[in-house]
Amino acid sequence: MKGESIIFYLLAAMTLVSALLSVSSRQLFRSAVYLLFSLIGIAGIYFWLQYEFVAAVQIVVYAGGIAVLIIFSIFLTHKSGEKLPKQNPTRLVFSALAVLAGFGLTMLQVFNYNFTGTKEAAVEATVLAIGTRMLGMGKEGFALPFEVVSMLLLAAMIGCIVIAMRSKPETT
Amino acid sequence: MMEPGLYHILFVSAALFFIGIFGFFTRRNLIRMLMSIELVLNSVCLNFIAFNKYLWPNKLDGVFFTVFIIAIAAAEAAVAIAIIINLYRSHNSIDVSTAEEMRY
Repeated sequence: MKGESIIFYLLAAMTLVSALLSVSSRQLFRSAVYLLFSLIGIAGIYFWLQYEFVAAVQIVVYAGGIAVLIIFSIFLTHKSGEKLPKQNPTRLVFSALAVLAGFGLTMLQVFNYNFTGTKEAAVEATVLAIGTRMLGMGKEGFALPFEVVSMLLLAAMIGCIVIAMRSKPETT
Repeated sequence: MMEPGLYHILFVSAALFFIGIFGFFTRRNLIRMLMSIELVLNSVCLNFIAFNKYLWPNKLDGVFFTVFIIAIAAAEAAVAIAIIINLYRSHNSIDVSTAEEMRY
């Protein structure tokens, strides 16, 4: 077995094991840290696939931004060391059954399907190629979705401020 | 053990998706549910990247979908955490079963 296969299996195992620990741990802070490891494992898989730009975006936005945001909100809303209440075992069993059935069905479909891709030459996913197409207004450009996402981010920012603002009592 | 290919990555992303769904089903804590949603979104991104790499390497569409999904996920997480902190202020708890004024 070649070295790159071993690296892929290690990354996949790290991602899946930390995701499992993240949903099953009873301490919320630990589960956030496991989530961080899972996100870093996915960034490693992007590196393994040689999409460096997407891996960098994943690390910056998810591991650097969202994980820190989640840890901050845990600190704001929980006492440290507090454990979550135990789960209802019936609900645990039935959700595990539903999830396993869904996973089995999906994998059955995937392994029975014969994927046919293109035979054309590969395009390198360099930052230059991505940026040129991201802001291109031609047939292959993504300028309109780019602008829509920037409007969405602005709206989300204003919405966060409005939601989190402490409403003052009426003084009339 | 074979050479990893498209099917291996699809296996990983499907497993990640259903782990996220399991976390969403079993926990009643809002932050935990938000973390499960992040796992689901990540598995979708992984799928797009895998299809782009192995089936249509002559295009970059999967990369763009992934970048836009990550941007939207960041906005979604920010709004969700604002709502969670506001809920904690008014209810002193972020369990979904305590916020039931609008149930009926």
